[in-house]
Amino acid sequence: MFKLSEQGLAEVKKELARYEAKESAIIPSLYIAQKENSGFVNPSVIHHLSQVMDIPEARINEVFKFYTMFNQKPVGKYHVQVCTNISCALEGSREMAGYICHELGVKYDEVTADGRFTVSKVECLGSCGTAPMMQVNDYYHEKLTPESAMNLLRGMK
Amino acid sequence: MAEVKILTEFYHLPEYQTLAGYQAKGGYETVPKALKMQAQQIIDEVKASGLRGRGGAGFPTGMKWGFLPKNGEPRYLLCNADEGEPGTFKDRMMMERAPHQLIEGMIISAFAIGSHKGYIYVRGEYVYPIECLNKAIQEAYAAGLLGKNILGSGFDFDLDVYRGAGAYICGEETGMISSLEGLKGQPKLKPPFPAVQGYLRKPTIVNNVETLAAVTYIIRDGAQAYRKNGTEKSSGTKLFSVSGNVVKPGNYEVPLGYPLMNLIMNECGGMKPGRKLKAVIPGGSSAPVLTAEEVAKANMDYESLAGLGTMLGSGAVIVIDDSQCMVDMLGVLTHFYAHESCGQCTPCREGTGWLNKILHAILEGRGRLQDIELLIKVADNMKGKTICALSDAAALPVLSFVNKFREEFEFYVREGRSKVKGTTYAEMHH
Ligand SMILES: Cc1cc2nc3c(=O)[nH]c(=O)nc-3n(C[C@H](O)[C@H](O)[C@H](O)COP(=O)(O)O)c2cc1C
Ligand code: SF4
Ligand code: FES
Repeated sequence: MFKLSEQGLAEVKKELARYEAKESAIIPSLYIAQKENSGFVNPSVIHHLSQVMDIPEARINEVFKFYTMFNQKPVGKYHVQVCTNISCALEGSREMAGYICHELGVKYDEVTADGRFTVSKVECLGSCGTAPMMQVNDYYHEKLTPESAMNLLRGMK
Repeated sequence: MAEVKILTEFYHLPEYQTLAGYQAKGGYETVPKALKMQAQQIIDEVKASGLRGRGGAGFPTGMKWGFLPKNGEPRYLLCNADEGEPGTFKDRMMMERAPHQLIEGMIISAFAIGSHKGYIYVRGEYVYPIECLNKAIQEAYAAGLLGKNILGSGFDFDLDVYRGAGAYICGEETGMISSLEGLKGQPKLKPPFPAVQGYLRKPTIVNNVETLAAVTYIIRDGAQAYRKNGTEKSSGTKLFSVSGNVVKPGNYEVPLGYPLMNLIMNECGGMKPGRKLKAVIPGGSSAPVLTAEEVAKANMDYESLAGLGTMLGSGAVIVIDDSQCMVDMLGVLTHFYAHESCGQCTPCREGTGWLNKILHAILEGRGRLQDIELLIKVADNMKGKTICALSDAAALPVLSFVNKFREEFEFYVREGRSKVKGTTYAEMHH
């Protein structure tokens, strides 16, 4: 069963007091919990947050399901998100995403055997002038080529 | 004519990110000036400047502020930093390079509309811009520029950042308000407009990052000075995010009315060697596409682009060269809108799904000639019928791509492969 760490709990409490509406703390709290649950959210996380926040599970669940940054299944240690929207597609991002999957021997949205990587295709990340690009966890990597992208990933242990 | 840097004058200085660096270049000097003015005087100045919203719709900012009820009811100022319109990357640069510029604009705007609480709603992926904003807000509080009794003026204004979590629809102002309230980010029926009933049912003004940042310069230099750039109806400068197949993509600040061809050929260094201009989407993925012949006639202002049947939108200029397949590119867009429809309205939910299915059937070689008419029919039925403008935004690109590049679609259906690339969808991307 998922349980927030002491620090995580304190952070959630802080978010609960931060906004005019208590429900505004759902998104920030899901971020906190997802980080402590190896990068994804499952029913046990929702259940715990519901108790801690005193908000019905169904309310937290509908928010969780609506936003793409909350993962519904486990992801690798490095979540590689390649933008395949129009400006990046014009500069070869779909081919780059395909190459990365091929080199890592994995399909989109699955985890590599060693648990290190998940590769996803995502919509525009606001980095269209430096295409193609990828976001790995919190960081943007821009002006890539398939080879430079793979070199960066190989260095992530 | 070339770049005119009003907002971006000091963006090349790394220290401009910090309070000291920003102040060294005159930053925050307009706050005491504004706080000594009457709130209504500021609103009038913004009205006189002709400033129009930089987030997409181009609505006159001063007029929007004027819709607020004239009573002491608490009201909110929300900055829209969701920046999800494909092709747009200017707000991100503004928050990274000059977070204090946005804060200054927000203090002055909040004073003008009588708001004591503001939020900057930033898309969840913008971890670094959020870090820059948070640092700047802390500095501003420590310097007495935010919080109680700003610079001894008696005016209070608190500012916080809210991090979204991945949903294009949260860029639509009522979707953003829903999201901030802790709900699914679904747009709300208008009226009531946010200025009357918005966040927590209180009067609320939503403005884009670039709009709020521009307010400072209007108050600093006066409306007439601001009007020196741009055209009569499209005043001032605007940041254009240029992406796609040009030599030097990037953000460029030019006066509104700047010829699109000059932007591409001068600022952006033209097309890549050996390539020809084929088409441009001038205002983010929701704007109808222009052919090369139309590009030659287009000026980057609201009226010129409307005259060509398209729009300025967020100022995202997506440049497409002659090596690109328009059927393939439209498939990217239909996929995006099908993914991002929030599902509340039947024409949008069903329509975006159908457009994407039909397009991918064509791309995968299963298309029939009548599918081209079907695309047009489905798109036509999605217009003007829904709670928010996403449905129209999904329909317009389809209509313009199909109507202007019809022979590429017909070829694809007949031959099961791209006219431009000569290959099938599977061969193009796998
Ligand atoms: C589907 C959709 C997405 C939008 N996304 C954004 C966005 O990311 N950023 C933005 O500032 N405005 C966006 N808008 C426009 C907002 O609804 C709103 O008009 C704008 O934030 C108002 O600010 P402005 O008057 O300063 O432009 C979007 C509108 C729609 C219909
Ligand atoms: S038009 Fe589409 S995105 Fe907008 S509210 Fe309706 S279903 Fe949602
Ligand atoms: S289209 Fe890829 S980052 Fe915008």
